[in-house]
Amino acid sequence: MMLEPRDLIVPAPTPTGETERFWQGCRDGELLLQHCSTCERWVFYPRATCPHCWSDALEWRVASGAGVVRSFTIVHKPGHPGWAAAAPYTVAVIDLAEGPRMLTALVGIAPADVRIGARVVVRFQTVGEFTLPFFAPAAPAAPAAPAAPTAPAQA
Amino acid sequence: MSRMPRPTGAIVGVGELPAVRSTHGKTTLGILAEAAALALADSGLEKGQLDGLLVAPHVGETPQHVPATVAEYLGLTPRMSNVVDLGGASGPGMIWRAAAAINAGMATAVLCVLGNHREPVPSRSPNRNPIREFDVPFGASGANTAYALLKQRHMHDYGTTDAQFASLAAVSRANAQLNPNAIFNGKPADTADILASPMVAEPLHLLEIVMPIAGGDAVIVMGADAAREARLRHAPVYLRGAGEMVTHRAMSQAPSYTTGPLKPAIAQALTQAGVAAVDLDLLSLYDCYTVMLAITIEDAGLCPPGGFADWAHGRDLSHEGDVALNTHGGQLGFGQADLAGGMSHVVEAVHQLRGTATGRQMAEAGLALVTGNGATMSEAVALVLGRDA
Repeated sequence: MMLEPRDLIVPAPTPTGETERFWQGCRDGELLLQHCSTCERWVFYPRATCPHCWSDALEWRVASGAGVVRSFTIVHKPGHPGWAAAAPYTVAVIDLAEGPRMLTALVGIAPADVRIGARVVVRFQTVGEFTLPFFAPAAPAAPAAPAAPTAPAQA
Repeated sequence: MSRMPRPTGAIVGVGELPAVRSTHGKTTLGILAEAAALALADSGLEKGQLDGLLVAPHVGETPQHVPATVAEYLGLTPRMSNVVDLGGASGPGMIWRAAAAINAGMATAVLCVLGNHREPVPSRSPNRNPIREFDVPFGASGANTAYALLKQRHMHDYGTTDAQFASLAAVSRANAQLNPNAIFNGKPADTADILASPMVAEPLHLLEIVMPIAGGDAVIVMGADAAREARLRHAPVYLRGAGEMVTHRAMSQAPSYTTGPLKPAIAQALTQAGVAAVDLDLLSLYDCYTVMLAITIEDAGLCPPGGFADWAHGRDLSHEGDVALNTHGGQLGFGQADLAGGMSHVVEAVHQLRGTATGRQMAEAGLALVTGNGATMSEAVALVLGRDA
């Protein structure tokens, strides 16, 4: 079964003044992460100060939306009853290309096909009044162009 | 070689309520009082000697002023009191804090008490924090998904199997058959039974997850010297070393999925005690899930990372083995009385070390490692307890 979140009646995010911009980005189809202009590191979840260097010089940047599955679980008995209609569904933690990790649920893939290390991309889906950053399998890489060896040709 | 500075102290009394599934109208305060009375009677002390109080958060419907509320209910006027908020590590975390307060001259006998009432339909969490905002909306409510992520990654990285994890739960079940207070006493289950239980959050099966129960645990801590001079019913058990670490809250933010904050905490506790992992007679290890127990065995240095199954295979981990594991059944066999669950590992270690583990007493128990674990492998406390100071 493929997860179809839009019909679920489930707990919504609980935005604060620190996180509103992130959720607005989701509505606009952009995955926004904070970037610290003092230590040059990326930050997620949104904060008032950088957890790495405690600078408040955080700016919003549009992230690539790409990442890799760090781990996942196929949820058969959800902790919240609102998710029962979607079970079994896949919760995953994604190592984002920029460095931070985020938890999400996977769409567009059957739970049995999910693997650790799989490349995924953000796919925004509306659930109730919010747009949430779910993730889906990345499009398969285009067939490699012929030639263009990446290593020196053998002698 | 000079030893690392360490808190010194002695556990002089313990009390634990039998596991039950629901409490029908009892209050948490009443349950705390029952557990405290058991510990006091076990110690041989008078109530008036208790001058310190450590409690856990979420005592019934009391969100704040918890020590004052508990002290008033128990008729205590402690000179030192506090809340220890480390989830499943709160109980072990109380022990060294009690010892440290005594070492600092702020109290002489500290009551550490945790417990919970439990109604058939538990209420939902009132959380309003990052884990609620960024994890729950994706269907990741509760701890099961978090520990399933750990197990999945362990299996991926090390090639460990479902049956190997299930075998740890089978050890707990077998040990619980010797503890009449355990929720699964009289209900044996082997590895095949555990593997046949329903999938909750794949790859976690139902019987790899603790059963929630109601219960309570209380422990009384004194200074080591004072304990030797006090009129006690049982021999004191000594705090030899302690370690603690907090690394994150949400599993998505955990620095590693294959090792946790218990690793440095255990290392510190062993160093303070001046002993090695192989010297331990009893492992009283926090086991909310099979995977947590597996990672703790590895983080204790008993085997290489990924090697818990080879370490456990063919080993007698009952009270008759050379090294015993969770002789009270662990929480997988005893049940988890919310935050009191972590203290059950302290209570069992005390019983074994002083020779009062009726029906399951180890022949030779001189040193025990106790661990506590809170949230999503986030909060860690390790204690080394000894029969000798």
